Formats: sequence, structure tokens, C-alpha cells
Amino acid sequence: MTTRLEAAPPRTTAEGHGGVELRDVSFAHPGRRRGARPVTAVDGVSLSVAPREIVALVGPSGCGKTTLLELVCGLLAPDAGTLTSAPAVLMPQHDLLLPWLDALDNAALALRIHGVPREAARRAAQPLLARFGLEGFERARPYELSGGMRQRVAFLRTLLSGKPVLCLDEPFGALDALTRAEMRDWLGAALAGEQRTTLLVTHDVEEAAVLADRIVVLTPRPARVAAVLEVVLPRPRRATDPGVVALREQALEALGA
Amino acid sequence: MIAALLILLVLLGGWEAYARLGHVDNFILPAPTEVASALWDDRALLWHNLLVTAQEIGLGILVALAAGALLAIVIHLSPTLRRAIYPLLVGSQAVPIVIIAPLLVVWFGFGIAPKLAIIALVCFFPVVVTTLDALAAVDPEQLKLLRTLDATRWQEFRWVEAPAALPGALSGAKIAVAIAVIGAVFAEYAGSSAGLGNVILQAIPQLETARAYAAVVLLAAFAVLLFALLTLAERLLVPWARRDTEWSRR
Repeated sequence: MTTRLEAAPPRTTAEGHGGVELRDVSFAHPGRRRGARPVTAVDGVSLSVAPREIVALVGPSGCGKTTLLELVCGLLAPDAGTLTSAPAVLMPQHDLLLPWLDALDNAALALRIHGVPREAARRAAQPLLARFGLEGFERARPYELSGGMRQRVAFLRTLLSGKPVLCLDEPFGALDALTRAEMRDWLGAALAGEQRTTLLVTHDVEEAAVLADRIVVLTPRPARVAAVLEVVLPRPRRATDPGVVALREQALEALGA
Repeated sequence: MIAALLILLVLLGGWEAYARLGHVDNFILPAPTEVASALWDDRALLWHNLLVTAQEIGLGILVALAAGALLAIVIHLSPTLRRAIYPLLVGSQAVPIVIIAPLLVVWFGFGIAPKLAIIALVCFFPVVVTTLDALAAVDPEQLKLLRTLDATRWQEFRWVEAPAALPGALSGAKIAVAIAVIGAVFAEYAGSSAGLGNVILQAIPQLETARAYAAVVLLAAFAVLLFALLTLAERLLVPWARRDTEWSRR
């Protein structure tokens, strides 16, 4: 391992701030094999996300969107530029529920990690499970749940981390089209009831147009900001709303599709 | 099940015919009916000695399971130790156990300790390998996710890696069952006052070959029983390992 010089100052975690601020952030993955050239994934991205804002990051597959989220979550440190963010939690594309825990224990995982005893953690997670339509499935193991249900448990686990910033990495990417549309509307409603800042990575412009306050279109690898589209449409939105359709066209154009 | 019984019957029939009609003395190869009558006639002796060997094998596998899983975890957690220990481990498996068995008897005497040591030595390697494979199969994304939930390295281990390693360790123990039986016989050959290996050791020079074969039948039956018990333990302890293919596929 080579030592990477930290160009960025230590990440500040301003309490009650809840925003995310990226200034000229760059990151290159070191080559897999010795001597291989590093692969630039993120190149000079500047982005400012206000507290409680929902920002969708849209870009072609493999453009470095996931790397961007990992930077915000502090799993990676930027090579250059500055990044400040309130504590952020990751929800990956695959639910990554632990097969040895039931739905309730999976949802309450963050509480357990923070030292809450099992019974108390389960009691805390229980009402949320019910609110998200998972009542009666508390004791079900992940393999007994449908894809959509697993994704809902994964989202609950993310919420129960208590962190102000949610980094959702293609949360419905692994679902079939029908479940996906259903889950998109569900997520819209769930986020409306939360006081969180959300970074939503997706390659589905329709999903972005329905859910986000702002759409940031990224270029193919390395990721740069290609366009920023403000979404000023009333909620709840439907995929067939004329405003959403128009926005979708705009985003696709910016993507160069 | 019926197919297995039929195959067994055909094999036994062939063996019986060969032992009776072929030109083999019955102290070289006893017929199955002779083995069966030895099983019955010597039942008290065999039962007493089976208990001794069964205890050695059962405890030996437990020791191997604990030591193997522990070693796998240490190797998994430290890349330096992996490089230092793993080649030695593989090499150590090439050392014929007969060479070191007398040494273990010198060290540990004639009681159960040297038997446990030998059985554990021949059994822990498959446990190490399967446990390491299970640990390596843990999705790195899973660990990243835990880190964003503020998990410490110990918590990553406790919530993800340890439960993921358990089915690996158990399948290693299943592989080890058959070698454990052979190991126990070796250990008793090296020095013992009881056990089915000891029965075989004494029966052969006395030309009581049927009794030796009866001991072998019991050893085989015990191996099958142990395997079934481990399969049951797997079903009870790690029910997800069978059904959840999604998790291990990635």
C-alpha cells in the first residue's frame, strides 16, 4: 500500500448541519496489480447539498457514482479537493441483509452496533417495520422475504442508523421493473416523512425525476458534473406527470442519450 | 435408500461367495456371515471398546473443530500470519502420522490425550481450509456497509465474519469424520489398552480376523452416525447456509 497524501482537511461532522459539501473532489482507485496505473473515478466534482435536500446523481453505469457515495460516507478519502459531510450512511444496491438475522434484527443492526441490548433494539425497530408494511414478517429470515421487502428492511436499517445523510446506491437496481416502480413511490413517501439529506445514485432518470429536488448528471468515467437540473414540481409526483416527462427528456439529453 | 440397500446386498453376496468358494483362507478374508456372528458373539467386548474409540473420535473432532476454526480466524485476520503459517500447515499434512504417533505417546502417555492429539492433527486441516474459504467468501460490500453503521473491526467480525465462518467449519468437520476414524485406529495402534483399534491390533495376530472385521464394521457405522449428527447440527445451527444462495453467490 502506498501512503496517500491527504489533500483534504479532516472531515468535519458538524452537528445539526446535515449538509454535504464537495469542492473539486477527485479520487483515483489504485491499480489492482502492482505497477498498474490508477483509475480515476471522480474528477474535480463540486457539489453542495443542503440539509434535507434530495439530490439524485445520474450517470452511465460504472461512471464513478458509487465511488462518490463511498467518499461521502468516509469509506474513501479524496485524493484532492475538500469534502465535508454530516455523518452519512450507505444503502448499497444489494440489500446485504445478514442471512443469520431475522428481519427485525437486520433492521435494528445499527442500534445493536451502538450497544443497545437486543430486546430494546427490537422494540425500537418494531413500529417502523409496521409502518413500512412489514408487520407479521418480523421473524422472517431474509431468504423468506421478497426482493421488495428485503429492500424495505435494508432501508429501515439505513434509517435506524440515525445518521442525517442517507447515501442510497441504486437501491432498486436489483429489482424487477414492476417492483421497482412500486418501491420508487414507496421511497418517495418514506423520504417525505424524514428529516434527512439524501444522495440517491441511479441510472434511471425517471426515478430521479420522480424523487429528487435536484438532478446532477454525471459524465462517463471519470465522473464530472455534466449538468444540474432543478426540479420544481409538486409532490407526490407520478412518472406520467408532464413535468416529470419533460425533465426526463432534459436529463437524457444531458446524458447524451 | 432402497437402492443403497440393494447395492449393499449385492456387494455382501459377492463377498460371501468369494470368501466361501474362492481360495482364500478365512483368516485372510472372513465371509460376511462370519463377521456377523463375530459381531454377535463378541458384542460385550466390541461394545466396551466402541465406547472408548467413540469418545476419542467425538472429542477429537471437537478439538479439531475448535482449533481449526480458531487458526483459520487468526490466519484470516493477519495477512502476515497467513503467509507465515499457511504453507507450513499444508506441508505438515504431508507428514505421515505414524512417524509422530510414538512421539505423542511419549509426551502424553497411554491415556486419551495422545489419541485426541492425533485425531485433532489429522482432522483440523480440512476445518481450516473450509473455514478460510467461508471467511474469504464474505462480501467486502457487507463490511463496507457495517463500517458506515460505525462498526468496529471486532463488530464486523462478530456480526458478519463469525456467523459466515460457521457453516464452513461444520462442512470441514464433515469431511474430517472419515479421517478421524482412521486417525483413531492409528492412535490406538501406536499405544493403547482399549478401543476398537486395540481390538483389531490384538485380533489379527490371533487369527481372529472376523473379530477385526466386526470392529471395522462398527467403526464405519459410527462414522456414518457422526456424519448424520453433523448434518443435523448444520440444519439446526446454520439454517441459512442451505437456502440462501444469494448471499454466497456474490
